[in-house]
Amino acid sequence: MGKDKKETSAIRGKKKSQFRNIMRRFMKNQTAVFGLVVIVVLLIFALFPAQLSNPDYTIQDLANRYAGPSAQHFLGTDELGRDMYTRIVWGCRTSLAIGLASVGIACAIGVTLGTLAGYFGGILDNVLMRIVDVLMAVPNLLLGISIVAALGNSISVLIFAIALGNIAAFARVTRSSVITVRDTEYVEAARATGASDGRIMWKYVLPNALAPIIVQVTTSLAGNILNISGLSFVGLGVPAPTPEWGSMLSNARSIMRDYPLQIVFPGIAIMLTVFAFNLFGDGLRDALDPRLKN
Amino acid sequence: MSKILEIKDLTIHYVTDDEVVKAVNDISITLEEGESLGLVGETGAGKTTTAMGILGLVPNPPGKIIGGEVIYKGKNLLKLSEAEMRKIRGHEISMIFQDPMTALNPVLTVGDQIMEVIRLHQKVSKAEAMKRAMDMMEMVGIEGGRCNEYPHQFSGGMKQRIVIAIALACNPSLLIADEPTTALDVTIQAQVLDLIDNLKKKFNTSLLLITHDLGVVAEVCDKVAIVYAGRIVEYGNLESIYNNPKHPYTNGLFGSIPDFSKKAHRLNPIRGLMPDPSNLPEGCAFAERCPNATDECRKRQPPVVEVEPGHSVRCLMFEKEGR
Amino acid sequence: MIKYIGKRILMLVPVLLGVVLLVFSMMYFSPGNAEDYILGDMATEEDKEAFREEHGLNEPFVIQYINYVKDALRGDLGISYTTKQPVAEEIFKRFPTTFKLALLSTLWSIVIGITIGIISAVRQYSILDNVTRLIAMLGVSIPTFWEGLMLIILFSVQLALLPASGFTTWKHWILPSFTIGTHSAATVMRMMRSSMLEAIRQDYITTAKSKGQTNFVVVTKHALRNAIIPVMTLVGVNFGKLLGGSAITEIVFSIPGLGNLIIDGIKVKNAPLVQGGILVIALAMALCNLLIDVLYAYVDPRIRSQYVKPKVKLAQKSATTEEEK
Repeated sequence: MGKDKKETSAIRGKKKSQFRNIMRRFMKNQTAVFGLVVIVVLLIFALFPAQLSNPDYTIQDLANRYAGPSAQHFLGTDELGRDMYTRIVWGCRTSLAIGLASVGIACAIGVTLGTLAGYFGGILDNVLMRIVDVLMAVPNLLLGISIVAALGNSISVLIFAIALGNIAAFARVTRSSVITVRDTEYVEAARATGASDGRIMWKYVLPNALAPIIVQVTTSLAGNILNISGLSFVGLGVPAPTPEWGSMLSNARSIMRDYPLQIVFPGIAIMLTVFAFNLFGDGLRDALDPRLKN
Repeated sequence: MSKILEIKDLTIHYVTDDEVVKAVNDISITLEEGESLGLVGETGAGKTTTAMGILGLVPNPPGKIIGGEVIYKGKNLLKLSEAEMRKIRGHEISMIFQDPMTALNPVLTVGDQIMEVIRLHQKVSKAEAMKRAMDMMEMVGIEGGRCNEYPHQFSGGMKQRIVIAIALACNPSLLIADEPTTALDVTIQAQVLDLIDNLKKKFNTSLLLITHDLGVVAEVCDKVAIVYAGRIVEYGNLESIYNNPKHPYTNGLFGSIPDFSKKAHRLNPIRGLMPDPSNLPEGCAFAERCPNATDECRKRQPPVVEVEPGHSVRCLMFEKEGR
Repeated sequence: MIKYIGKRILMLVPVLLGVVLLVFSMMYFSPGNAEDYILGDMATEEDKEAFREEHGLNEPFVIQYINYVKDALRGDLGISYTTKQPVAEEIFKRFPTTFKLALLSTLWSIVIGITIGIISAVRQYSILDNVTRLIAMLGVSIPTFWEGLMLIILFSVQLALLPASGFTTWKHWILPSFTIGTHSAATVMRMMRSSMLEAIRQDYITTAKSKGQTNFVVVTKHALRNAIIPVMTLVGVNFGKLLGGSAITEIVFSIPGLGNLIIDGIKVKNAPLVQGGILVIALAMALCNLLIDVLYAYVDPRIRSQYVKPKVKLAQKSATTEEEK
């Protein structure tokens, strides 16, 4: 009872206090805060890899291949004697950059499609949603693999391939969210004052349909980082010699029986990153919509 | 007549990390065999929690029974083990819920749901239990042949009849009805009330009726307890409360009912809201809304005062009159 | 019900046409020519021309697409460039393996996910609940291929208990299905938990308790029957995804499945094989989703009655007449 009262007063309150409320709920969630901290650390690594590790990740030390952890190479060296720690740090930059770029593109396209479909409905909605159905009908990874195989191995193709698999999810989430907002009184009111469709969508509908989209961004980011490493693992991801966690695993696979540590570290890096984004996304969802929380 | 239920100073709080919601505070009521008692109060006054406390179904956590006794036929229910309590629930004490739309399990047939309680408390075969379930349905006015249908195939009033059939299937000594008609259409309300009243007389069942509707109480009950912020503020038999209401809150409740015999232009509602049960005042909880409140009211918890035999009030205004 | 299924199958047609178009144009417009890959560097111009003529590669895009769809409708998905065998045959040779892998993985996910999900919900906020929720989150965060590699290192290399590759005996099945199954189990567990928590809060649970029912029966009979419905959907969707999505795990464990076949095909630009493979996967996933919806109606009487119209109308009629009395 008491809780409900607080929640309603939060809705009535001004935007600022609503934001503060979300922050307060988020900060109370320990695992989500842990996720956020890890993400911040990863971002620092991604922004300053040269300062935090070796500026050159290609230095080879062929005499010192497959070395175990030591003071000099504290995660050991790979099949060409390159420092594993350096490559993992630079790999962080690769994964986050491609992940963010692909989510950004997918989000822009998906949200636009979803908003148009949800707001206008009718034939447009039908056509757009059938396109989304087609994209949903092909598993993301296979879609990515075939695009990269068709268009060639390059970072820009990879970003496009990963993004394409995400568009459908963004379009669906946005559409259903927009539909619930579309018929509210404040949108009716805006229409009554003679605002154009574009203005209504941009100023009234989208801001109020934002919460699930924000959550989708973190979920997609986590999924994309997994898919990037998966594509690289089958040799269709980031072209060599750019360091990438999935391709590190792929390189180490043939010798893993003798040097299992080669497999362990890049995998942990992927897992930790995805884990952090998932925890963060979960906490964000609970904070944005307390009714969903169990 | 013998006492069937006696609640003494029952106190139930909901304890969470942030706050303590004092839902039920020192509630005491007595119910004789075959008698009906109306527990009247606003939403959130602690009526349902009291009922759950009797059945031992207060969700824990966060609910905690802080103190008091619930004596049913000489046994303190709060001291019984979970297994002993299960033998009482549905068998000796059963409950009708507020919202028939949600009180029935949507994926089980109504026959199954009536049968379940019979099979739990009576050693009968499945076929026999089904027969009794169908009899119960007939008794509440539904064809027994519809026992294989699912809840969504019935209207709201009929669902409530099924809930009543479940509650009465084992012929309980005490029936707790928690706002049994609130969720129903006005025309159906009277039917359901009549049904409860008739069945109650037929089986000589005692009834604890929880409601916010004084009209319903007048129709069915022998005794009335007015609850405010988890406390009973006035308690007595129907006539004394209706003809001679003492507590300002009771008076306020009567003032909130439109009276068509007088041509009043406005209702006389109680101003303000019930205090937050997680933040109850030190003194009388009603003081903030009370037209007669004094400074003393805000400082001191008023004692229970018996203003006439069997009619007690919890208000400082009557402190000197009493006993 | 049959009408509904028919309608759903009809709605599949444009989606599948779209999938074919998508994959078809990707293969068509991509740089590099099939004949160069297949015939190798030694082939003469005449050989290449003959190859193009044989496989209809000289026709314009639209004609090629229409021809492909026409053939596909007859069950002819073209000839694999590499093996010269019919693509449909190649696919259906591999399909049972992928299907079996998906099925076993789903079994793991059901057993692990549902059990832990229920316990976690019933003991909400207990240490067990908190720990399993974290593990589940970790489970969805692990790249499956890495989990597979780690399991190989542990069980095949270190302990020498289970084989690391192939898919012949039951021992071969354990690691790959467990690898995929745990990932899937994590999602099932999360859904089961939240669905169960939702169900436990419903009024009918209080009704059941007020009848004197034991907690165990309240949870298993009343709550679970309601809570399992959305979980069932998830299990079905997961199963559908596994039919197409376990490609990388198939590679890790060298399992001769459909995913492995398609990825091999992609690498050598074996267009008919890739198009056929993805089409079959899309079809299998769609049919799987359809099956779940039908099953859904079977489990949830509220949805069932939407399809079995006449009976409900009668029931509603009698309900209203009763009420009128």
